Amino acid sequence: MMQNPYLPYPVDVRKVTLENEAKDIKTFELVFQEDGGKERFAYRCGQFAELSVLGVGECPIGIASSPMDTDSVQFTVKKVGVVTTALHELEEGASIGLRGPYGNGFPMDELEGSNIVIVAGGFAFTTLRSLTNYILHPDNRDRFGELTVVYGARTPGELIYKYDLEAWARREDIQLHVTVDTEHEGWDGLVGFVPTVLGNVAPSPENAFAVVCGPPVMIRFSLPVLAQQGFQASRILNSLEMRMKCGVGKCGRCNIGEKYVCKNGPVFTLEELQGLPQEY
Amino acid sequence: MDNRTIEKSAIAGFLDELLETYQVFAPVEREGILGFELLRGSDEIVLNAHNTRQAPKEVFFPRSETLFTFQEGKIISTPPAEKERVVLGIRPCDARSTIVLDKVFDGDDYQDPYYVDRRQNTLLIGFACGDPLSTCFCTAVGGGPFSVDGLDLLWTDLGDRYLVEAITERGEALITDYPQFGQATAQETNRKAVTAAQATEKVSGPSVEGITEKLDGMYDDPFWDELHQKCLGCAACSYLCPTCHCFDIVDEGTVTSGRRVRNWDSCQFALFTHHASGHNPRTSGKERMRQRVMHKFSYFVENFGEIACVGCGRCVRECPVNMDIRAVIEAIGQAGDGSRISDR
Repeated sequence: MMQNPYLPYPVDVRKVTLENEAKDIKTFELVFQEDGGKERFAYRCGQFAELSVLGVGECPIGIASSPMDTDSVQFTVKKVGVVTTALHELEEGASIGLRGPYGNGFPMDELEGSNIVIVAGGFAFTTLRSLTNYILHPDNRDRFGELTVVYGARTPGELIYKYDLEAWARREDIQLHVTVDTEHEGWDGLVGFVPTVLGNVAPSPENAFAVVCGPPVMIRFSLPVLAQQGFQASRILNSLEMRMKCGVGKCGRCNIGEKYVCKNGPVFTLEELQGLPQEY
Repeated sequence: MDNRTIEKSAIAGFLDELLETYQVFAPVEREGILGFELLRGSDEIVLNAHNTRQAPKEVFFPRSETLFTFQEGKIISTPPAEKERVVLGIRPCDARSTIVLDKVFDGDDYQDPYYVDRRQNTLLIGFACGDPLSTCFCTAVGGGPFSVDGLDLLWTDLGDRYLVEAITERGEALITDYPQFGQATAQETNRKAVTAAQATEKVSGPSVEGITEKLDGMYDDPFWDELHQKCLGCAACSYLCPTCHCFDIVDEGTVTSGRRVRNWDSCQFALFTHHASGHNPRTSGKERMRQRVMHKFSYFVENFGEIACVGCGRCVRECPVNMDIRAVIEAIGQAGDGSRISDR
């Protein structure tokens, strides 16, 4: 019997965490209703899934939890469109659908043994948070080199995963640089845009991969900083977003040239992107 | 496998018997539109149909289909399995389109069960095109009016009868069950060869040789600035195209009960790639027209090794502003040096 890729697994919303002051970003902790659901949903960092609110629709969302988190899968969702609004209205205990995981995810085999520089802005931190937590897991930490995280948001209230940021700040094995765009009362951390902070941190490209995810303007100004540091385009990873329906390379709308973001991506090296049309 | 014949007067009887076992899809005119419809009776079939206005892709990939139904947040059912099907009267170009669609829906990684089940469940009886239309250009894109690619049987019109050739074992098995088929003579088989040669001669079209390589370097060419300008963005071309397969998935009903539906969609629509954030990577007709042409003649070739156009000519016939894909192909052959179409 052929597997039907369009059928979502039923999941329960176990916990909802409001992430920001603007109250439009929430993290949903999902648990599978059926035995074996979790195993069928085995995922890698950087993959995404389609979340379903039956009667409303589906939307593709990056997986925010680490594959090491065995009891739940987490998605951080910004309230933007019809489905994300319906998700935001859900209460804990609600039942939704989940299908996936989809996409290539980060090239973990290549990342292992390397120093990792994570550059993230605003709400686009989700799959990079997954990667950070994966690397920091006691079973994995030794298999990676130095871990540097540069993360910024407009205001302190817009920083997401504050509970993770606090926990990471107490650790010795991660260089964490959290910044906000402008001065704020009560904020005694870094102030400045992510590319500026990245320039000051000046991570070494030696045996390193940079993983960049954020708003287009942050990416635009961060890439030259990385290039100046000496990062090769083949060692800079990006995760793209695109309008999607099927998630399995058939519905035809998320392509950039001959590549489908849902299937061949969402993770591309800068070198790969330079070889594709600038249509994203 | 020996060739057979069936007299035209015996077709109704054959269809009546066929309908007892199979769902038969054939050219039928309903509400003034000629398309492949589920045959209600043998008298409905239009035997002398040229390329129908609607492509037979609908037999496998309906305009709108239920993926599943739900109630109170639970999935209730997926559509039941369907009866075996026969498509009678499919033209060789459309038969070749099923091979193109198979590459998408029956991929190495993900199989689309709705499409694949119907494909595996269906026999294709083709009608050779003894009298191709002026808009046909199958020979230019690797096909031909007597091509057997994708077919189980090929029927050739010999006046009062059809010559029946079995292409696959499934096709052979189908006709052995019915008494309407007799042995063909060598003369009848020869007559087909003559018609085939004449028909093939009649079809012409622009060469697509090297088009993929050419397009590879043309993404930023000014060619696209002008090409789209008369296009209305109505997407008739993609709805009628036998190889276009883009779709949308939407929920119908309410949270309490309803169904998830797959509908045809088109890259020619502005909302097709519109993100929830408001960002749109293909903002104007230029990007959308480029996408359609590139997908058929470049991206699809890169991914599957074949052009996603079978030369049926539907988009040429039905475009409200007379956009002619043959002229586009020809213009691509002459473009790529940075010049504008209007400069030539």
